[in-house]
Amino acid sequence: MTDATHHHVPDRLTTPLQRALKSWETLLLTVAVAIFIVNSFASPYFLNAWNLSDATFNFTEKAMIAFAMALVIISGEIDLSVASIIALTSTAMGAAAEVGVGTPGIVAIGLTVGLACGAFNGALVTGLGLPSIVVTIGTMSLFRGISYIVLGDQAFMNYPDSFAWFGQGYVFWVITVEFVFFLAFAAVYGVVLHKTNFGRGVFSIGNNPVGALFSGIRVKRVKFILFLLTGLMAAFASVCLTSRLGSTRPSIAFGMELEVVTMVVLGGVNILGGSGSIPGVVIAAFVMGLVTFGLGLLNVPGIVMSIFIGLLLIGVIALPRLWFQIQVMRGK
Amino acid sequence: MISNMIKSREAILLAAILGLLAIIASRFPAYVEPGNLINVFNDTSTLIILAMGQMCVILTRCIDLSVAANVALTGMVVATLNTLMPGMPVVAILVIALTLGACLGAVNGLLVWKLQIPAIVVTLGTMTIFRGIVFLISDGKWINAHEMSAGFKAFPRMEIAGLPMLSWIAILVVICFVVIINRTPLGRSFFAVGGNPHAAVYTGIDVGRTQFLAFTISGMMAGLTGYLWVSRFAVAYVDIAGGFELEVVAACVIGGISIAGGVGSVAGTLLGALFLGVIKNALPVINISPFWQLAISGSAIIIAVAFNAQSSRTKGRVILKSAEHTA
Repeated sequence: MTDATHHHVPDRLTTPLQRALKSWETLLLTVAVAIFIVNSFASPYFLNAWNLSDATFNFTEKAMIAFAMALVIISGEIDLSVASIIALTSTAMGAAAEVGVGTPGIVAIGLTVGLACGAFNGALVTGLGLPSIVVTIGTMSLFRGISYIVLGDQAFMNYPDSFAWFGQGYVFWVITVEFVFFLAFAAVYGVVLHKTNFGRGVFSIGNNPVGALFSGIRVKRVKFILFLLTGLMAAFASVCLTSRLGSTRPSIAFGMELEVVTMVVLGGVNILGGSGSIPGVVIAAFVMGLVTFGLGLLNVPGIVMSIFIGLLLIGVIALPRLWFQIQVMRGK
Repeated sequence: MISNMIKSREAILLAAILGLLAIIASRFPAYVEPGNLINVFNDTSTLIILAMGQMCVILTRCIDLSVAANVALTGMVVATLNTLMPGMPVVAILVIALTLGACLGAVNGLLVWKLQIPAIVVTLGTMTIFRGIVFLISDGKWINAHEMSAGFKAFPRMEIAGLPMLSWIAILVVICFVVIINRTPLGRSFFAVGGNPHAAVYTGIDVGRTQFLAFTISGMMAGLTGYLWVSRFAVAYVDIAGGFELEVVAACVIGGISIAGGVGSVAGTLLGALFLGVIKNALPVINISPFWQLAISGSAIIIAVAFNAQSSRTKGRVILKSAEHTA
């Protein structure tokens, strides 16, 4: 709609350092540091190793999904069913625990169900060529709906003691198991997206699916794999969350898809696809974790925090566009 | 030919609803008695009103996920006003609800129009913001039946010719939308914008402005529903209509509104909403737990969207064949 009529031609190229300083990630990192400093002044309980360690739970599970979601969004699709996949996998794991399956079996069942959910989404999107927004709005109801059919107003809570390791365990001093998983997944997804052919393919699909197809990228297969990965990561987050809570209700992780999408967009991923980075998502995870933790210490209720998340989501996209529009107006 | 396709689609949907009613009636004849059918329609009225607004938004290639939160916010505001000023006439409350709802919708519309933010992001954001504001207004407390004035609660139940006011409003809204969609330039521009935004620009239609108006209309319908919902159930709290936006989108998709924009009809949307309403009200009758509701509407969305894609695919083939024949 808006034609780019006005091109500014620079007289020299920017150095890598200049580009790094101007990047979205640097801005985010500054914000993260600022929030950290404000928080440590706002509450005397903030600068405490154990409290900060607890605070990581605010984002580790969401961030695990956000890494896979970032790839899905970069490829031009979206998956709104992730929170419901958590509910369904958690229900499956709870049912398995109920009949006495051991911890490895429970985790295996959870991951399998997550993969199956991802495959279902992926098959509908790539196989039948349906828009991912509608498909995943549908499966969002369907997956959680199955949890409600199975559980109704009941809950599963007979998890074996060893299952608690994922969500309640510590690797070393205050470093939680979940935090280590978070770092490991960040590294894996960072390498996959930025250092492999597969990652290049994801970017090119997001920029021009037809062009990608004609340059030999199997667009449908890549997209299918991305939905599969998202299902798997949601299942993994479900293992951690279920283990941390020690129980499963069908309303588990309700509305989490919003926070995951917010985290991805805040991390600088273009919601229309084609650009983004994993380091950005990692920093965004810290920003959101610090904001919610800081507000929590100040006794702000969860639903009011969600106002901040909503404003953050819109503001993060709106402000650069407003800024751009003001620049254009000044230029003319 | 395209209008034939749409007509046949509505015929299929109508047949599905009648078939569903026949199956239920074979086991539970009481379900299809006129009195009960009026109840079913009355119960579906809120869904119909919201689906009409959502239809406009989806026609312009957008989506409005904030409608349920809008219902909760407007409902809480009018309920609070009612407790503060019990003497306020229902007409004034209706005007306030419509205006407030339209303003909330306009916020979505402005963000989509002026900043070109994708509608799904805007409405995901405003969905949580609106619900958060409900909490701020109410402080998490409920407004219960005894705190509302009698006139406030009686309005949707008022019966005219055997049909409650709520149903009459839904019928009125449907008639308005038939006129807007089929008989006004605005209605045509919804289809133009959704069908081909670039072509719409060249025919002199402001795409962003049209989307803004669609969001405002959707918000207005949500505001209206906000008052009706709160007064009908005689309670207002933060989680009112939680997740209802999905049912509204489902009604549209089942009714044949293409999520890619530009395709759909008022009749289809109405039938889509009624289809969900019949199922929802049949579940307790045929003794299925209400916990099935969510999974059923989820499956209905997926089946409907797959069906939509399938029918548009065959349409493409038919056009090619006839083009070959004429050539």
